[in-house]
Amino acid sequence: MHKERVKEKIIHGIFLLLGLVTVGCVLLITIYLILSGIPAIREIGLIKFLFGKEWASTAAEAKFGILPFILTSIYGTAGAIILGVPVGFMTAVYLSKMTSPKIKEIMQAAVSLLAGIPSVVYGLVGMLVLVPGIRKMFHVPDGASLLAAIVVLAIMILPSIIKMSVTALDSVPKEYEDASLALGATPVETYFKVSVPAAKSGIAASVVLGVGRAIGEAMAVMMVAGNVPNMPDSLFQSVRFLTTAVSSEMAYSSGLQRQALFSIALVLFLFIMLINATLNFFLKREKE
Amino acid sequence: MLNKSVSKKRKYYELAVKTMMSISAIVTTSLVVFLFLYVIVKGIPNISWELISTKPSYLSERIGILPDILNTVYIVIATLLIVLPLGVGAAIYLTEYATNKSMVMVIEYAAETLSGIPSIIYGLVGMLLFSNSMGTCIMAGALTLVIMNLPTIMRTTQESLKTVPQSYREGAFGLGAGKWRVVRTVVLPGCVDGVITGCILSVGRILGESAALLFTAGFAHALNGFAEGLTSPGATLTVALYVYAKEQGEFGVAFAIAAILMLLTLLINYAASCVQRYYEKRRSV
Repeated sequence: MHKERVKEKIIHGIFLLLGLVTVGCVLLITIYLILSGIPAIREIGLIKFLFGKEWASTAAEAKFGILPFILTSIYGTAGAIILGVPVGFMTAVYLSKMTSPKIKEIMQAAVSLLAGIPSVVYGLVGMLVLVPGIRKMFHVPDGASLLAAIVVLAIMILPSIIKMSVTALDSVPKEYEDASLALGATPVETYFKVSVPAAKSGIAASVVLGVGRAIGEAMAVMMVAGNVPNMPDSLFQSVRFLTTAVSSEMAYSSGLQRQALFSIALVLFLFIMLINATLNFFLKREKE
Repeated sequence: MLNKSVSKKRKYYELAVKTMMSISAIVTTSLVVFLFLYVIVKGIPNISWELISTKPSYLSERIGILPDILNTVYIVIATLLIVLPLGVGAAIYLTEYATNKSMVMVIEYAAETLSGIPSIIYGLVGMLLFSNSMGTCIMAGALTLVIMNLPTIMRTTQESLKTVPQSYREGAFGLGAGKWRVVRTVVLPGCVDGVITGCILSVGRILGESAALLFTAGFAHALNGFAEGLTSPGATLTVALYVYAKEQGEFGVAFAIAAILMLLTLLINYAASCVQRYYEKRRSV
């Protein structure tokens, strides 16, 4: 009997350790990013690093200002949200409320496919369709621009928004809608004035999830945004995002330049943590 | 049909919103159809037996993607082998063993955090953690992907564990089985569907991953066996696509890889929904 109890204790301990692996990973990532991100910020100076308008990491007199990257990431994400959210939201309402189960099933499979397509494939199609398209349509010398990145990101966040919003809308109690219909509201009025407000936390969470995906996307953006560290003054400017700033110079960087790349990653990480906290806030409200 | 008593303004509102919804749904659908057909039409003609069965050769100026295919297979196998015990174990701890509420909350919060971190950050940390100590190699890439996929496996396993009826566990306990025995004989068989779903989702995610692998697994195209492959650098299909498209301008090859990836994505989504349906049916019986 005693031996049995010891064995159970050991097994319990093993499972506890396995459970703690995730916590360990999060701690490890956080600590590594902070430790490797701090030195360059210290050397360059926080204000100069965050608000410097010029990034010239390989110049004789190197400059490490990441304001262009931060603004590009914010503008790019905002643009993707402006384009993607209305389409995604409307599609979600349509799928959840307006269409037959058969069509819903097919379209949800299509949305899942959209979610599963690797980001490099988005990048490739963007490079060969979107970039030349923008060049011809707006008569600009190079189509690889902020606009191209915004369009690609808008498409990439569609599935997150649609899936999560549909789940939220589907779980609105049928009685709410029935009551509204019985009072004489039209179906569309019911969906937008009863169902959508009832599912608003879930829909808000889907938007935040979209923001997280857009700000974290690297490869697709790297292939269509032109990747020059300009300030994002216009939609047709060739720009570099926080994510692409990290990846584009990593291969050949060294010394302070490399450390600065880690600092960029730290800034990106902080953005993501902020977004995650917002997401959790909305998800918790949704559960209640 | 709308009632006659509904005012004109409301009818216009109804019509306008309906139109917007239809347009949105059409936009979404046509995007999917366009992307799929475009990649397939551009890619399929470029897929040849020579392309998928050879390695690149500078002498004959030939590009082959066999090494990239093999690297992808190696990295999938290595990642799953490591992540499965970790993820399933964590899920079992959370649903079966954990008695401390705040501990469960901490672990679940950690898993949520992990699933929100973008892959480029994983790539960077993977480079610092693994590639700096063991060199740029498939194994370093696989370990990075293990951390990325841990939340997926955990979540799907947990969800299926919740569907194992509590009475099964109580029955087994009542017959005098110890905790471990209950877990091994009653709980584990009940979470097979979750594990399979988790595996399929993870394979999909690994296939599509590129940013996390660029600096951890590298982009070599050498033809290696499994053991040798794990310890040497190698590009997976997505990384190869990126290199061929962005750095070498070989769009034909890039589209061939894109088409292969597209078909695999379709297959994986189909498999995931099949597994789900199969188990839902079995449960409802």
